[in-house]
Amino acid sequence: MKFPRPALAAACALAATALVAGCSSSGSPAATASSNQKVTLTFWSWVPNMQKIVDVWNASHPDIQIKFTEAAGGDAELAKLLTAGKAKDMPDLAQIEYQSLPTMVSNNYLADISSYDASLKSDYPAGIWDQVTLGTSALYGVPQDAAPLALFYRKDLFKKYNLAVPTTWAQYATEAAQLHKDDPSIYMGDTATTDAGLFAGLTQQAGAQWWSASGQSWSVGIDSAAAQKVASYWGGLVESHAVDSQTAWTASWDKSFSSGEYASWISAVWAPGDLVSQAANTSGDWAMAELPQWSAGQDVSGAWGGSATSVTSDSAHPQQAAQFIAWLNQSTQGTSLLVSDGSVYPASLTAESSSSLPAQTFMDQSDFYTLAKQYSASTAAATWGPDVDVAYSDFSDDFTSTVTTQAGYLSALSKLQAAVVADMKSTGFTVSGS
Amino acid sequence: MTTAPSLHTHDAAAPLTGARRVRPNGRGQRWNPSPRRMPYSFIAPAVVLFVVVFLVPLGYTVYLSTQKTQVEGLGLGANARKQVAAGFSNYTYVFHDGEFWQSVLRAVVYGCILIPIMLGLATAFALILDAQHVRFQRLGRLAIFLPYAVPTLIGSIIWGMMYLPAFSPINSVLHAVFGIQGINFFGSHIVYLSVANIGVWGGTGFNMMVLYTSLRSLPQETYEAARLDGANERQISLRIKLPMIRPAMIMTGIFSTIATLQVFNEPYAIHEISNGGVSTTWTPLMTIYKDTYTANNVYLGAAESIVIALLMFVLSIVVLRATNRQIFGGEAR
Repeated sequence: MKFPRPALAAACALAATALVAGCSSSGSPAATASSNQKVTLTFWSWVPNMQKIVDVWNASHPDIQIKFTEAAGGDAELAKLLTAGKAKDMPDLAQIEYQSLPTMVSNNYLADISSYDASLKSDYPAGIWDQVTLGTSALYGVPQDAAPLALFYRKDLFKKYNLAVPTTWAQYATEAAQLHKDDPSIYMGDTATTDAGLFAGLTQQAGAQWWSASGQSWSVGIDSAAAQKVASYWGGLVESHAVDSQTAWTASWDKSFSSGEYASWISAVWAPGDLVSQAANTSGDWAMAELPQWSAGQDVSGAWGGSATSVTSDSAHPQQAAQFIAWLNQSTQGTSLLVSDGSVYPASLTAESSSSLPAQTFMDQSDFYTLAKQYSASTAAATWGPDVDVAYSDFSDDFTSTVTTQAGYLSALSKLQAAVVADMKSTGFTVSGS
Repeated sequence: MTTAPSLHTHDAAAPLTGARRVRPNGRGQRWNPSPRRMPYSFIAPAVVLFVVVFLVPLGYTVYLSTQKTQVEGLGLGANARKQVAAGFSNYTYVFHDGEFWQSVLRAVVYGCILIPIMLGLATAFALILDAQHVRFQRLGRLAIFLPYAVPTLIGSIIWGMMYLPAFSPINSVLHAVFGIQGINFFGSHIVYLSVANIGVWGGTGFNMMVLYTSLRSLPQETYEAARLDGANERQISLRIKLPMIRPAMIMTGIFSTIATLQVFNEPYAIHEISNGGVSTTWTPLMTIYKDTYTANNVYLGAAESIVIALLMFVLSIVVLRATNRQIFGGEAR
């Protein structure tokens, strides 16, 4: 096999250039360009139809072009970002879930954009704004969506089996047991312990703080009394077979919704967007109610997910990036596109009360947005720690299908606490009270 | 053939023997390369590649494995996280990490199920396809080989769907035919079989192909002689073919052993849907993946990788030694 010499030489030269270019680009970022120079910014997000929204921005902002790359989802994108961060190869902009912000900040992978976007503060609920400042004077992103928990239930099934919409957890448990007894082919729902994010949100409602910081040390409250209350509640329901115990987010779980095996789903306000695909045939049958409370008369919710858009520390143009974020997450045009094309429930207060919110067509709930706004305002505050991803990953190893008793759930919880504390200590964090 | 030696002397051997040669360049200068340097320039590309794609990354991994992250205070400031030298502390951690050795043990159990079944099936299929008067040979070969062409991750996801309780066609068939109900394919023991089954499905075809190719290259005269001596097909298969393809069988055995310790795709795909049946640290490579990417501790991941590489190296040598002795022992008899 022979290659023509000039071609070979050219190929070698090209390869060498690429290598050198690759090395040099990992050096220090170029000096910040002046604001009127044309820049292209890269952006990772998993919001559906984000490309459409970006196209609208690009058409009206020829000097700040956004190059969008679709990411798989929260966990997958975080792992990619952490790896890219080591190679100093992160995109300029990235969507990041609230609970992952401390991890990114503690790796020094996010830019402080307080000098550009701090004025947006008044348009966000204090609890959500705290998520992007981590309680400091810095600003690590602008909130995009709020994800308060609610109870989604099948109106038709509730009517058929003569069930009242549960307002307390005690009522939920009684009705769940009764329903499965009346018709063994139906469950009130599945256990909330196969997804770490959902479980964390429910403990948040009960008053747990998985992490909290004071002075220079962290404390971990995963195995706190409030979280134990939630774990033993679900452990009890699983032990008595009042709820189904299959893993969430599988094809078989989807089928349980479409076949009418589940009468309700404890989820966040983004649920309709998911139900459309996992149970399209149940359109019009669903309604939303406040999350059941621990004592009657309370009004507290938790959150499951929700995310901000951040500028990474690898971006050479934080100012322009911050400008795009403000448009996307706070401007009327940006938020209404997010709502209509991305099925996002906006965090911005202006957007929440906007009359331009599209009608919620999947559900039989004409006051969907009014309720969502109430739940968002009543969401308990949360502080996330620097190793949430470890906690969430270990959660799936501790709360497994082989754990089927109340006692098992409690010991899984304390195992999780021990693993998270051990991980933090091994990285050198000061962890108090353990 | 007669011209070959002269060509050889003229071209390649000339610089080695130091014979003078005028290089046909414009100035007509004599080109006199150092005779000792020439061989090195021949092996240079291989050496450079070996260094760049093997030794340098290996060295970097070893370096990373001696580092660790040190956090100051809450770890939230700009320079709160530093990379500091850790000596052998990552290795000490690995050696005392029960979960890591559990994952090695699980991989060994998985291998003990997978390898005998997979290689047994591969050998049986190869012998059957190689036997005389077998119908649908081409079709059979293709059908057995085809799963190997399916990317393991895709195969695992499809198998995973078939394992899902309440969704599994396997369960509905078992229920309809035998009245067995609701097998949990992710149960604490059966999960080994479930994962190994995916490995068998995907790996049998490849190993069968290796063994079959080796069977086809055997001299036909031996069979003829055996037949004249009155041996039937079964005897030929077991007494003649099998001993003669032993080197190929050893090779597939070593490859399978190495692949077993490295198993990742199948259990990783099953992990997502198994509700803890396959944990995040089920196999050594999953543990490494989790520590490196989820826990964001590339230093610990590097140390674990080195330990696994060494284990694999030792294991390969042990297998080679053991099987070699067997071969030579067999020949001496």
